[in-house]
Amino acid sequence: MISNQAPQGQAPAAVRPDGGVAPPGGGSIGARLRGMNVSVLREVALLPVLVLLIVVGTLVSPAFFTVSNFAGIGQQSSALGVVVVGESLILLIGGMDLSLESTFGLAPMVAAWLLVPVAAYGSGTNLNPYLGILVLLAVGAVVGLINGLLIVKGRLNGFIVTLGMTIVLAGLQNGIVKAQSLFNLPSAFGYLGAASIGELPVSLIVAVVIFILTGLFLRYHRVGRDIYAVGGNPAAARAAGIKVERVKIGVYVVGSVLAAIGGLMEAGRVSAVTGQQGYGEGIIFSVFAAAVIGGVSLKGGRGNMVGAASGVILLGIVSDILDLAQVSNYWIEAIDGAVILFALFLARVVGGESTAEER
Amino acid sequence: MTSSAVSSGAGSPNTGPSSAGALVEVTGVEKRFGTTRALRGVDLSIDAGQCLGLVGRNGAGKSTLVSILSGLSEPDTGTVRFGGAPAPRVGDIGRWREWIATVFQHSMIVPHLSVAENVFLGALPSMLGPSGAGPSVVSWRAMRRRTRDIMGEWGLDIAPETPCRELSVEQLQVVEIARALARGARCVLLDEPTAALERQAIRRLFDRVRQLTAAGVAVLYISHHLEEVFEIGQDVAVLRDGELVLAAPTARLSKDDLVAAMVGGIAAPAAEARAAPAAAANAPAPGEAVLAVDGLTSDSARGRLAGVSLRVRAGEVVGVTGLLSAGVATIGRVIAGVEAPDGGEVRLRGRRVPPGQRAAAQRAGIGYIPEDRRAEGFVAHLGVAENTTMAITRELSGRFGVLAPRRRAVAAAPFTARLSLVSSGPGQPVAELSGGNQQKVTVARTLAHRPSLIVAITPTRGVDVASKELLLSSLASVAAAGGAGVLLCSDELSDLVICDRVLVLVRGEVFTEFSNPPFDRDALILATEGITGMTDEAVREEGE
Repeated sequence: MISNQAPQGQAPAAVRPDGGVAPPGGGSIGARLRGMNVSVLREVALLPVLVLLIVVGTLVSPAFFTVSNFAGIGQQSSALGVVVVGESLILLIGGMDLSLESTFGLAPMVAAWLLVPVAAYGSGTNLNPYLGILVLLAVGAVVGLINGLLIVKGRLNGFIVTLGMTIVLAGLQNGIVKAQSLFNLPSAFGYLGAASIGELPVSLIVAVVIFILTGLFLRYHRVGRDIYAVGGNPAAARAAGIKVERVKIGVYVVGSVLAAIGGLMEAGRVSAVTGQQGYGEGIIFSVFAAAVIGGVSLKGGRGNMVGAASGVILLGIVSDILDLAQVSNYWIEAIDGAVILFALFLARVVGGESTAEER
Repeated sequence: MTSSAVSSGAGSPNTGPSSAGALVEVTGVEKRFGTTRALRGVDLSIDAGQCLGLVGRNGAGKSTLVSILSGLSEPDTGTVRFGGAPAPRVGDIGRWREWIATVFQHSMIVPHLSVAENVFLGALPSMLGPSGAGPSVVSWRAMRRRTRDIMGEWGLDIAPETPCRELSVEQLQVVEIARALARGARCVLLDEPTAALERQAIRRLFDRVRQLTAAGVAVLYISHHLEEVFEIGQDVAVLRDGELVLAAPTARLSKDDLVAAMVGGIAAPAAEARAAPAAAANAPAPGEAVLAVDGLTSDSARGRLAGVSLRVRAGEVVGVTGLLSAGVATIGRVIAGVEAPDGGEVRLRGRRVPPGQRAAAQRAGIGYIPEDRRAEGFVAHLGVAENTTMAITRELSGRFGVLAPRRRAVAAAPFTARLSLVSSGPGQPVAELSGGNQQKVTVARTLAHRPSLIVAITPTRGVDVASKELLLSSLASVAAAGGAGVLLCSDELSDLVICDRVLVLVRGEVFTEFSNPPFDRDALILATEGITGMTDEAVREEGE
């Protein structure tokens, strides 16, 4: 007898002159399911592409579908991945930071310069490697703070501020060591990028943990939700009492610190800090590509870590396949770029209207 | 003009077109969005020289009908005919505009371009002819001359070279009307044209509409303000739940008839709203001043303030009204901490509220219902529950700031239920809701943090009659039962029925105060124009 009743006592409130539209109580489960389906679909939008790439990779080389190859992809992608987390956070608040690629190079350079002896072009302070890691994090935080203050408090254009910062930081990176590369890094400093537990690279474990924690933070933490509100509509967030400026500056700081951690991984992986690391390699294009392919909107307020991670994995697999297929170095960039464009298009098709740019 | 201009589709959906010579004719139009039937067999026709009013609650299908008539979306079934011939293909905006042009609620003007460029946007006059210049080369001279001609012909007076960013809201609307006429449209659709206009500007708009209809242009006038429809429309059509439920000459209808048609005979909220101020009067005697504002000055672009002081006591609803430029919105924004004043101070329960810091003002207990809900009221792609609880995430979150989506939904439910918010669930993005329901989200967000003072700026703008009364009565009841003070800043006089007192601002100063409800509408209007009770002695007494 009661089975046909509306699930809640508030039903009369819903039967209002508005009529015709689903009552708040009754429709909610369906709507939630619908909402969930849509977001799940969007999050796994890249899954078919990833599966396709794995099939292609297996066909290209017997060495592709092996644990050691996947571990290699993981190790190579984890530094990029950590930077992508930082950039995604900054994109979510409706900002952008080009200088993450320079922080990625400068932070480990400053730290390494303080660690290694004068003979190896170091500063001669022979700093403790653990303190070196703190210095690295501090460099990231300071760069992020300067960016955040200039953009948020100084109300300067984020694109130009971080473009200028990119070049300044890259200049510092070469300037302090007179364009030399620093080798012989202390093992504690290189551990994060170089070590493995069994077949599993430590950098991969750390990157995965960072992705998961950031994803949970964005979904289930008060400040994580504030980030979506600030990026979605800063004026509305402000009217709701959210400290918009503080959230934004905080995210710039965290983003740069993550870039510095990514830089530490890279330095460990190649056992050196070169003048080329970051800006010289132009990693910012890959960073933006991974985030955007993964569905993080350049306009702010939309995107999540599952998407960003799948973007990173996609780029990692593509470059691995190009390696294994022994594509000539002269052609590798053209193919790499074309694949990224194709993946963007595919993500747009699968992701539906929400991934479309405004007409 | 002699034939019945409107054919009702509600009772007899299969009746053929009743007026063969109709300029615009809509027959049996249906439109679905997912499971929602936005329009259910609407028949409507407009004759040359006719002004037809179109009213309906939010979500009744007005916007859908506007977008179909504007050639922006295609009906699922049914036809649109212009002058007896089938309408152009949907998307062929150029040809569509030769018949019908829409002046939308939200300005479609490119601010950095000149008036002339905006008038001819998308159809810039080109240099053709013996000089040999190519067809795509813009003729600035022709553009300016033709803009001047159109402006002159219709008595609109704006120089073609003026950049549109320098124009007032009223002038922008004039440019949009000129754009419609420039394409030779014989029917102009005005969607909520008075929403942002002052009284004098509304007069001038009506004069223009009359001039247009006298010259044979058909006008479809869409508005929430029923008195405007009575004044300007010869006929009125009412949409409810996607059906055309009433269509008749305005002369034969009363305002109550219209309201009844719009809400479908259930007019309960009206009684509720009238009961609310009475309840407020019965409440225990108002206590201490919750809000004390002294000597606020501001040079805000939204209207300057020249030393405004006021008090709001617990349980009291105080209205602030005046012309748009009088500083009505500014005082609300300053008190809410969205704008910093140049001078003066705001005290809440005796404690000074830091100026220009919204978060601090909210923590002190000041709720804020913004004037423009799209700009400040909600985050469009986030859900109803998340928007409703946006101001209380700190209370809802557990240890380490963890905030479960379920807790948000549970916390939001009482507020959305109280405001009869219609949505498909707590997760539905606010962007998908109708305007009235979006406004309810904005109000619910404020009620949720249990403020001791609510600053509501024009809380009923663009909201239908029934939702309007519900929103106002909910504000009144928060004051009566919850003991919060409410400061209602509005230039819509009908909002002020819930107020215990009304201050009238003129050019940033408190001009006079009315303290005995119900307030005399005419005296209020005179006061906003800066005229004290020449006709009514009571007004002068209030002013003391």
